[in-house]
Amino acid sequence: MKIAVLSGKGGTGKTLVSVNLAAVAEVSTYIDCDVEEPNGYLFFKPEDVEQEEISVQIPVVDQDRCRGCRDCVEFCNFNALAYTSDRLVIFDDVCHSCGGCVLVCPYDALQEEEKPIGRVERGVSEDVNVCTGILNTGEASGIPIINNLLDQETRGETLIDCPPGSACIVMESIAGADYCILVAEPTVFGVHNLDMVHELVELYNKPHGVVLNKCIGDDNPAEAYCRDQGIDILAKIPFDEKLGQINSNGRIAAREDDDFRQIFADLLHRVKGAGR
Amino acid sequence: MKIAMPVNDKSMESGVCLSFGRAPYYLIYESDSEEFEFIDNSAAASQGGAGIKAAQQIVDEKVEAVLAPRCGQNAADVIEAAGIKIYQTEGESIQDNLTAFAQDKLLALDEIHAGFHRHRGR
Amino acid sequence: MKQLLILSGKGGTGKTTITSAFIKLGEAKASADCDVDAPNLHLVMDQLTEPERADYYGLPVAEINQNLCRRCGKCQEHCRFDAIKDGDGQYRINAFACEGCGVCEYVCPQKAISLRPAVAGELMLYNNDMVFSTARLKMGSGTSGMLVSEVKKRLKDAASADLAIIDGSPGIGCPVIASLSGVDMVLIVAEPSLSGISDMERILETAAQFKTKAAICVNKADTNPENTERILAFCRERDLPFVGKIPFDQNAVKAINNGQSIVDIDCPAGRAVDDVFNNTMDILVYEELK
Repeated sequence: MKIAVLSGKGGTGKTLVSVNLAAVAEVSTYIDCDVEEPNGYLFFKPEDVEQEEISVQIPVVDQDRCRGCRDCVEFCNFNALAYTSDRLVIFDDVCHSCGGCVLVCPYDALQEEEKPIGRVERGVSEDVNVCTGILNTGEASGIPIINNLLDQETRGETLIDCPPGSACIVMESIAGADYCILVAEPTVFGVHNLDMVHELVELYNKPHGVVLNKCIGDDNPAEAYCRDQGIDILAKIPFDEKLGQINSNGRIAAREDDDFRQIFADLLHRVKGAGR
Repeated sequence: MKIAMPVNDKSMESGVCLSFGRAPYYLIYESDSEEFEFIDNSAAASQGGAGIKAAQQIVDEKVEAVLAPRCGQNAADVIEAAGIKIYQTEGESIQDNLTAFAQDKLLALDEIHAGFHRHRGR
Repeated sequence: MKQLLILSGKGGTGKTTITSAFIKLGEAKASADCDVDAPNLHLVMDQLTEPERADYYGLPVAEINQNLCRRCGKCQEHCRFDAIKDGDGQYRINAFACEGCGVCEYVCPQKAISLRPAVAGELMLYNNDMVFSTARLKMGSGTSGMLVSEVKKRLKDAASADLAIIDGSPGIGCPVIASLSGVDMVLIVAEPSLSGISDMERILETAAQFKTKAAICVNKADTNPENTERILAFCRERDLPFVGKIPFDQNAVKAINNGQSIVDIDCPAGRAVDDVFNNTMDILVYEELK
């Protein structure tokens, strides 16, 4: 079963939930789609890591063939090309790799070349296959990395740790999921962003439920929101100093403490039932 | 000599614009005849690569110098490739900067800053 | 106008909470929320009247005129973004995946495809006692820096303000890069956890590429004193100014949930943020910690 974990707001506990669910499952694959700021590997500390470089196609010009017609400059909607002093100048970092300029050039002066934008690292931590996407700093978009991450063989339960927000990179991350877990924190900020991401999963018709994290009392705006909207509350994880310590030290709660193990085992069981 | 400067509005009183790539207008000034015109910046509404498109427009105007408070790396690459020099303006007054330039008082813009998608030294 | 941007790399470290406190402490007459994907600052700003709203147009989206389409599939063959799918005998464009490149329009032999302008978000400008600029990106839109740039551009309306506080977004990608452009200083709010430290390093690397002056503070510092020490050591090593530690404080949650900033009530976090603010202003205004 492919389970995506998302939240809208950052810092609510997506990684906590996805890492621990992957740890309690008998056999699982953990995929970190937060390629700008990946964190899951810090907890798993995977071994036997293999790296795969991810590249995008960038145009290069043969200045001898180029006649300065500027069809490519006019075509490019991203303004990645400019023509000055009899030379075509190409801006890799603005290029979206659509291949259009190569198509429109009447003189075959443009070709494409690969430019690395990041990498995927695959390793193992006990029974978990850990897959991490990492975007190079300074690069604008991690979508090609996510495409690579999600286009692979998985075994057992698959946990997809999504980026924060609800922009297209999040949509890419949940597109193939069977079930979505929305993680919410008990603040007005949390509810506001939960609402956005709820809209997203409804748009995609994904079965979903909410995990209320960092619960500190009865007055929980996120819980009220769920009840209002009729959203399934899958679990309530209390705000717990011990859990916070374990987590901030990069350790996996379900592997260290039976009570926490139970919480996540119950959650996984609940999700597997609900996803059917 | 033909000069270009990013400005806030189509008037000499409007002031130098802080952004090069997304300035709403450019002043194109001919220092010999003191003739001038204001042109719209075709790149102002661009999703991305505004500096590049704006610079392309300036290059096509065949100016010899650009006066601006700041300039991104991408725009600078296009402008410099065309052999056009960039000078740093001081303060907001368009007229003061034109005068200072005529008296050779403006310095070359050294601090080109990285554009939205560029890493320096890579 | 001096512009201070608040970033963190990691989400949930307290950027918005600290931004709202800084606005109060600095009596800033200009502020902006550049986290256009998940804007929250407006929830803790008081006395907001109706804003000026404007549609934000992102990249255009392709549309297929089914009457002209002969289903040759050339568009799908050339689309690099998997935005064209065929089913039920029709080729359809996925508006969320379409990047507006125009290749399909170019290759279609029937001229059946055209690019149409598409609303990708909404800009809001509040202009009463202070200028507050924010925006909301439409779900699924491409996160381009342009909307962030638009949000910042509108701060020009507050030309007379001497201080602008800008709330940033998590991550290191395009919107963050756009928010960095032209600011005078960035304050990084770090969290003393392994994830927080890793993310802090990446955002610092990003800011360094823009040669932006940066300072660091640690929020929820007492939740892990060892990691807080690590961050302090990191700052010393890199010669980066450290502007203070803020303790974890339940009062902060209560204040926020009541739509208030933490300096509106008397609490440990509020007092610590006051110190962080003063240290940050020293650097912003005088270029060094006093």
